[in-house]
Amino acid sequence: MNAKVYVTLKTGVLDSQGKAVKHSLETLNFKEVTDVRIGKFIELKLEGVTKSEAEKHVKAMCEKLLANTVIESYKFEVSE
Amino acid sequence: MDQNTKVTPEIVKKHGLSEQEYERLKKALGDREPNITELGIFSVMWSEHCSYKSSKVHLKKLPTTGPHVVQGPGENAGIVDIGDGLCVAFKMESHNHPSFIEPFQGAATGVGGILRDVFTMGARPIANLNSIRFGSPDNAKTPYLLKGVVAGIAHYGNCMGIPTVGGEVVFDECYNGNNLVNAFTAGIVKKGDIFKGFASGVGNPVIYIGSKTGRDGIHGATMASDVFGGGNEERRPTVQVGDPFTEKLLLEACLEAMKSDAIVGIQDMGAAGLTSSSFEMASRAGTGIDMDLDKVPLRETGMTPYEIMLSESQERMLAVTHVGREKEIIDIFKKWDLDAEVVGIVTDDGIMRVRQKGKVVCELPIAPLVHAAPVYERPIKKPGWQDKVQKLDLKKIAEPKNYNDTFKKLIGSPNLACKSWVYRQYDHMVGTDTVVLPGSDAAVMRIKGTNKAVALTVDCNSRWCYLDPYWGSAHAIAENARNLVASGARPLAVTDCLNFGNPERAEIMWQFEQSCLGMSEGCKQFGTPIVSGNVSFYNETGKDAIYPTPAVGMVGVIDDISKHTTQFFKDTGDVVILLGVNTNELGGSEYLKQIHNKIAGNPPHLDFEREKSLHKAVLAAIGRGIVKSAHDISDGGLAVALAECCMQDNCKMIGAEVKLEDDVRSDALLFSEAPSRIILSCSGKDADLLLTIAKSFGCPANIIGSVGGDKLKIGDLIDVGLKDIYGLWSESIKKIVS
Amino acid sequence: MKFGIVVFPGSNCDRDSFHVPTKVCGQEAVYLWHKDADLKGVDCVILPGGFSYGDYLRCGAIAKQSPVMKSVIEHAKSGGYVIGICNGFQVLTESGLLPGVLMRNTSLTFICKYIQVKVNNKTPWTNKYDAGEVITLPIAHNEGNYFCDEVTLRRLESNGQIAFKYHGENPNGALADIAGITNEKGNVLGLMPHPERISELILGGTDGLRVFESIISTKK
Repeated sequence: MNAKVYVTLKTGVLDSQGKAVKHSLETLNFKEVTDVRIGKFIELKLEGVTKSEAEKHVKAMCEKLLANTVIESYKFEVSE
Repeated sequence: MDQNTKVTPEIVKKHGLSEQEYERLKKALGDREPNITELGIFSVMWSEHCSYKSSKVHLKKLPTTGPHVVQGPGENAGIVDIGDGLCVAFKMESHNHPSFIEPFQGAATGVGGILRDVFTMGARPIANLNSIRFGSPDNAKTPYLLKGVVAGIAHYGNCMGIPTVGGEVVFDECYNGNNLVNAFTAGIVKKGDIFKGFASGVGNPVIYIGSKTGRDGIHGATMASDVFGGGNEERRPTVQVGDPFTEKLLLEACLEAMKSDAIVGIQDMGAAGLTSSSFEMASRAGTGIDMDLDKVPLRETGMTPYEIMLSESQERMLAVTHVGREKEIIDIFKKWDLDAEVVGIVTDDGIMRVRQKGKVVCELPIAPLVHAAPVYERPIKKPGWQDKVQKLDLKKIAEPKNYNDTFKKLIGSPNLACKSWVYRQYDHMVGTDTVVLPGSDAAVMRIKGTNKAVALTVDCNSRWCYLDPYWGSAHAIAENARNLVASGARPLAVTDCLNFGNPERAEIMWQFEQSCLGMSEGCKQFGTPIVSGNVSFYNETGKDAIYPTPAVGMVGVIDDISKHTTQFFKDTGDVVILLGVNTNELGGSEYLKQIHNKIAGNPPHLDFEREKSLHKAVLAAIGRGIVKSAHDISDGGLAVALAECCMQDNCKMIGAEVKLEDDVRSDALLFSEAPSRIILSCSGKDADLLLTIAKSFGCPANIIGSVGGDKLKIGDLIDVGLKDIYGLWSESIKKIVS
Repeated sequence: MKFGIVVFPGSNCDRDSFHVPTKVCGQEAVYLWHKDADLKGVDCVILPGGFSYGDYLRCGAIAKQSPVMKSVIEHAKSGGYVIGICNGFQVLTESGLLPGVLMRNTSLTFICKYIQVKVNNKTPWTNKYDAGEVITLPIAHNEGNYFCDEVTLRRLESNGQIAFKYHGENPNGALADIAGITNEKGNVLGLMPHPERISELILGGTDGLRVFESIISTKK
């Protein structure tokens, strides 16, 4: 079982790294970029759990460790 | 490389061994062909980087001994005695080629390597410095390299919690294709607690410690022995990735393990990893090692003996403990969540024997191979252009009409500007020992529990070394010593990174030889032997070699910490005194380069006796407690030095007004970089005493002005508001990267 | 007063944080190993600066899971003193002992320099300062940009929980110039500047020393 977890800054929280990357893209003439948000991608390999258990556990992992829910939101996909 | 790979002439060539070298290798092996692993090991051991085969004959001429030298070159780091049973272990090492290919990781692992060199000796690192050099500020690659190198140094040093307290940052076209990253670390160790890299005691276990071994950095050492150009920049996979977090654990675990008496010898796995560490440890002790690669902690599966032996994965060490004591040492490393495994045993047959899955995959007689290591006396030829570049007719150099404008241009030029953009990214206060922060002549580190401090500096004027490698290199020693003296410290010893072009070119070897001779003379004159260092050749791209750049790091001691000085003027009304003599010499100056676009002339004359009397006078005056500030005059000359006395990086400013009555041309008066000069300040009541002290050592000294106001005024030549020049001076480096 | 300095793997201001209470203030102190839940009867826990667990994932995120932190949280909840300096502040916000979060500096670079902060002297950590006193402290961090939601900010302000505010220059983009905050009861302090680095004249000043003297003075 694999889980893919995406952690990003919540909308409204200033992403200074994203801002710098956007600026850099602009100077490379990619004028169509209106916003850049930078986040984390975490891959988990799981064993001995059903898909629904895995989903429950990964949610708990996000809440407890993988994301800081004060500023970050997360989403994940679990696949066999 | 699979163990069964056949060794063909082509493979030998790919490993950078010449035909003669291959023949030597076969002979030392007892007239047999090496297998692929053995060949790999020797391509690294006999690379320029590890073997010093081109430099050895010249390095032998350097002074390396002295009454205070506890450990000279040949160990992980050099060590000097600073009294009270304490020693300073220190070394500087280059990481030039990796930093050009991947500036962040290249610089970071450079710092990691030099830190390990120091703490393997049993010393707790107290400070990092560095000498970093980049191409012209307007070269397209410079901002990328500058940002990456500085961030990499910051990343590693900050995370380790070792303050980065000083160094030099230089820009010049000659580094466009080869930037330089020379990292320096100093540590403190009690005289009785020094560890060395000896694999002694037959039957003792050999323990692998630290990170797991992966496929990174294979053949880093041979990369450092190659000229760039022709696609070498694409060798990206060989760059190692540093993990300062693991190294921090390694540091604490090692120092804890060393407190027991279980460790016999210990060595960092640097260039050529497991190979050179085990080989060197056995070679020093005159023993052999029998190693089982199945025990080596691996990060990847299916690694061949070749890959395991040559991996340059970072944050690893090799230790030998007393037999029966291995468990207590392993437990300490496990406590710090580090891998530690017995991978071998010390033997008495002088053979390095490596097994995998029960089979011997490498069997090398150590002594014959060390003995057979190539040493070259490379051809030497003075370059045809050398005399020509030394020609300079000052009569043809027009003096500027407006010195205020000239001065502003200089103070805002990257080589003379404030380097705070760089050192603010370095944690320079962690450890709470940094008494003098970056930005003054030398960093001063207190030693807790004593009244002592250590002063540290790194410096080299490579333009002078280009114009005259002998005198340029002698100047490098003199200037470092002067920096230490200005901070109140007695110079003790030197570490050096000799960065040069391709040694297979006779002109480069001439530069190298001259440089060694010049440094040698300088070291003898100041009583500061060279106790550690390294050589980095092949710093050239296409046909363009860098300037000869013997970066010098020097360590000094302050016996009474209350008697340290900084370069900054302190109080209104203080008297400004110039020690030394102003001259007409402008050869090789930043002024000629920036204002007249000329790189020519001889470096200024260096009179050792005059320099030594200056040092004695300044140390005596500081010892009397009457010196409020001391600053050596170097890059940019007297005018720039005065500005540096007036301005600190945190907007703190105090002006000065001076009058100079020397009979020299005005541009030389302001911007000559002639040596053996220091600007002091003291309160008015102490001025006479200071002059008397200076004269008693035969050092010329004159009151030239006073401290106060918000301007820098130099005769009727310069009159600038400090606020007007502060922005030019402090923002210059930032402008390069933004 | 007995101080306990927590040592996480990657802590690097632990020895500095030990030095000031003992050698400068003459108090007792012990190190507290991260794998060990025993707080050894200390009155005040110091979470030192550094890069706990390499600062991997997020600064302080892994440290909060360690055995010692479970005890530190209990200690704080029962009114015991806890101070988190720099990385320690990050550990405190991650473990929920203090509200908010510390984000990357707006400059995107590590910053090491002296800055000025204005002190609120109505906390047990600052009672030796004058009201509104402006002092000089060093900072050295990459993630010191304090952030919290508006409700939290209003609560911090109305409860007088903001112990230190950047004065003049805000070096990292912190919300409302926040350099350090306490919890509601005041027994937990987190701050980005390093008071332990400026507690001796030889290091250029003693503006940080009074943080230690303040808390020591609360013990009768």
